[in-house]
Amino acid sequence: MSHDKHGGTKQIWLVFWILLALTTVEVALGIYKPVSYEILKWTFIILTLVKAYYIVAYFMHVKHETKGFTWTLALPTFILIPYLLFILLTEASDLIL
Amino acid sequence: MGVESTTESVWRGGVKPFKASYGKMMMWFFLLTDALTFSGFLGAYGFSRFKYAETWPLAENVFTHFPGIHGDQPLLYVALMTFILIMSSVTMVLAVHHGKNMDTKKVAWWMGFTVLGGIIFLGSQAWEWMHFIHGTAEGALQLADGSIAKVIAAGTEVMGQKYNFDVLRLGTEKFITDPTTIATLSTGAEHVYGANMLVNEYGLPQFANFFFFITGFHGFHVFTGVLLNTIVFINVLFGTYEKRGHYEMVEKVGLYWHFVDLVWVFVFTFFYLV
Repeated sequence: MSHDKHGGTKQIWLVFWILLALTTVEVALGIYKPVSYEILKWTFIILTLVKAYYIVAYFMHVKHETKGFTWTLALPTFILIPYLLFILLTEASDLIL
Repeated sequence: MGVESTTESVWRGGVKPFKASYGKMMMWFFLLTDALTFSGFLGAYGFSRFKYAETWPLAENVFTHFPGIHGDQPLLYVALMTFILIMSSVTMVLAVHHGKNMDTKKVAWWMGFTVLGGIIFLGSQAWEWMHFIHGTAEGALQLADGSIAKVIAAGTEVMGQKYNFDVLRLGTEKFITDPTTIATLSTGAEHVYGANMLVNEYGLPQFANFFFFITGFHGFHVFTGVLLNTIVFINVLFGTYEKRGHYEMVEKVGLYWHFVDLVWVFVFTFFYLV
């Protein structure tokens, strides 16, 4: 079995273990709730973004795409999604997240 | 067209911008728009969840079943579902990996496992929906104003005290223990069981609507993914990609499949955890 430049199956399994560990941490935090809800909420969101990074970068191979393509995907995501959420959550009500 | 046409002139659709083939790039742009759609849904969910924070049912109090284990098991079942989907994402990426090495046999095996994982996930989701739709044996009272009250049987300890009559619980922690108030609230109240688009014994009907819509839309993506994966799996078995000289089709459905997993990661967080 030849190893291409995208890393072998070893890296795939490493990412799997990382995702599994992060999910286990999330579930444990969700069940035992060791800290206040406010801290917990942001911990969940940060852990989720870390998981998303690993899926997109390694499983979806974006890490090995050209720089231009990566930005083509990243810029709309990081501009439009926060913008959408901002409009939805702040303009629609007096709600402060 | 596709990879074969890279040597053709630009005017006839040749060249590969960003070194990515046409099909792969268009799959990515589709996924980008789909990500915006899901952001809209989850954003709307978050808006309602915090606007009606006092009466919003928390998923961990709603989805507490686990097959074979009695009692409340919050988060355990959805954790299993998450594990199944991550696992099938891994088998998918392994199929893509072996496709790059033109190893037909291994691609077929891993594609097969991916299809299986998708089917198991869909089955799990059906099980969860079934429990949500059927609800609990005791149900809840829907008061005249539309709000939901849980009936707490006489003799159960409520805030350190026991009552010899049924008391009511509004929202997650507001208890009504005054008999006159209970009688007033119970007038015109209706017993409701489970959840659908109109009533929800766990709290606001909007919660049920969001649940059916978001997990349903995600489930539809999973279903489509299983369908696409099955087609590609059959093609792998027939040696279609072997003859074509590359396994790019596996890569393209792989992107879609990982996206389905990616969306679930967010649904899991915003629906079940936050």
